[in-house]
Order: sequence, then C-alpha cells, then structure tokens
Amino acid sequence: MTAATRSSAFLRGARNSAPFLLVLTPFAMLFGLVGTEAGLNIAQVLGFSVLVIAGASQLTALQLMVEEAPTVIVLVSALAVNLRMAMYSASLAPWLGGAPFWQRALAAYLLVDNSCAQSLAEYEARPSASMAERITYFFGSMCLIAPMWYAGTILGVLVGRDLPEGLALDIAMPITFLALVAPALRTLAHVAAALTACVLGLAFAGLPYNLGLLPAGLLAMAAGAEVERRGLARPLQIGRSS
Amino acid sequence: MNGWSDLAIWGIIAALGIGTWLIRFSFLGLVGDRDLPPWVLRHLRYTPVAVLPALLAPLLVWPESTGGTFDPPRLVAAAMTVVVGLYTRSILWAVASGLGTFFSLQVLF
Repeated sequence: MTAATRSSAFLRGARNSAPFLLVLTPFAMLFGLVGTEAGLNIAQVLGFSVLVIAGASQLTALQLMVEEAPTVIVLVSALAVNLRMAMYSASLAPWLGGAPFWQRALAAYLLVDNSCAQSLAEYEARPSASMAERITYFFGSMCLIAPMWYAGTILGVLVGRDLPEGLALDIAMPITFLALVAPALRTLAHVAAALTACVLGLAFAGLPYNLGLLPAGLLAMAAGAEVERRGLARPLQIGRSS
Repeated sequence: MNGWSDLAIWGIIAALGIGTWLIRFSFLGLVGDRDLPPWVLRHLRYTPVAVLPALLAPLLVWPESTGGTFDPPRLVAAAMTVVVGLYTRSILWAVASGLGTFFSLQVLF
C-alpha cells in the first residue's frame, strides 16, 4: 500500500469525525467546569480526560465522588457505563484484529462511540481496504477528537463559568449521535435492531448507573441478527445507496 | 468533596483509566485475528445501531434540562435527524437539520 492511500485514509477519517467536534468541545468544557467546581485541581481534571477519555463515565465518577460514595461504588458505576465498549471492541476485532499489538493497544485507548461507529461504517463500505488502511482510518477518526477532548477540558477549567446557559448540550449530544446512527441503517435488520434498542433503552432506563444499557444493546443486536438469519434483511430503498 | 485525599483521587483516576482500557482492549486484544463464528459476526454487525439508540432514547424522551419532563421539540428534531440522515446518508446534513429543527421550534414556540 502506498503512502498516498494511507494518508488519504487518515484524512478521510479526520474529515468524517469533524461534526463531532461541535459536541465534544462543549462536553469536554462541561467536564472541566464540573470537575473544578467539585474541587479537583487542573491536573486531576485533565488526568481524567487523558487517562479515562470517556465523558459519561468521567461525569459518573465525579458525581459519585461529590456524593462521597465509597470508592468501590465510584469505580464499579463508572466502569459499568463503559461496558458497551467491550461490544465495540468485539465488533472491531474482525476488522482490526490482525494489526500489530501496539496498534491494537493504541486503538483500544482511542475506542469511543464515534471512532467505532464511524470506522465500522467505513469498513463495511470498503471491505477490500488493507489492514494498514483500516487502522490508519481509525487513527484519523481520533486525531482531532482526542486532542480536542483534552483541550476542551482545560478550557472548561479556565473559562467554564462563562459557558452560555442556552448551550443545550443535552439536545446537541443525542442529535449528533443519532446522525451517526441514521446513515448506518442500511437494511431492515439494522432498523429492527435500532427500534428494539429504543424500546428496551426506555424500558431499562430506571436501572441505576446505566446498567440497562448492556442487556438492551445485546438484545437489540440479537434482534438484528435474527432478522438477518431469517433472510429478511432487505436493503432500505431510501436515499443514496452507499 | 473534602473526603478525598490527592492520593485517593489519583488512585481513582488511574484505576478508571486502566479498567476502561482493559474493557476497550478486551476483544481487540484477545481475539486478535482469529476467525469468529458466523453467528457472532452476525450479531456484531449491529453493535452501533443497537447500542447508541438504547443510550439516546431516554435522553430524548426524558431530557435532563427539563427535569425529565417530556419535550416534544426534541422528538421532532430527533425524527428530522433520522429522516434526513436516511435520505442524504450524510452525518453533517443530519446534524444540521436536527439542530436547526430544534432551535427553530424553540424560537417559534
């Protein structure tokens, strides 16, 4: 594979991740602000964002620490929020499993919602791409996101109090991630999985610490797989085929 | 947050960092390039479309900033995002139309 192919994969990954900067930056700033107000110093707030690099779980840990929950509860709850990433890891394994150990280790560090969803869409659209091209695309998808996550955290510590009230992060975040899901709904099986996930996500929403996410996700995956197994996974005839 | 020493805070950060990395590395690390059985692959094809909606649905139906009260503009915006995303297959257009819908509805009502 030529250097040109590889750099174009890297740039494509970066470009496709760009819309997420709009959401990630204020989210990172929010964490910086909340962390400071909870009494962490700037090194600790940044330590969270660099070492954990998972917003929802960072906020969960912080909230429980503020409530003076026992250490074990803080750790278990924050890690439970991240269990979905084991499913992401599994779905990337068929595509990236053949990469060298250090690349898989680095990819694991950079495995978040958007890098996973974005890369899987790319791999399914270009199944003939080489291993090097795939892993390069994956790193490209995080080359803006990860630095912006750290920088946004620091920014939140420094100027977070000046964040406008009407930022409406709790609409920007779900909309951006929905925008990631919608183009990936390529067949009836994908639709079945997504609808099952909505229903079960709502049904299990009352469980503490997002514990319902794992069973909801697994059952929704099973719904998609079952539709496909029965040969009902017709492609959706909507919009540009990709 | 007075109950936490510096050491305890860094301990929690380190433990979360290591634990989260282990969760992320799990299958990438252990499965490597071994072939997975077809039925497993069939399930894994639906991971993003199965996990994200389960995560998002409660955030849209019971939003935090309204104190969990049902807020129709959010669902209209979400529906718009999905429809535009399906038709254009473009993340950018889907985000723009979803947020555009939400903020227009807020201005109008």
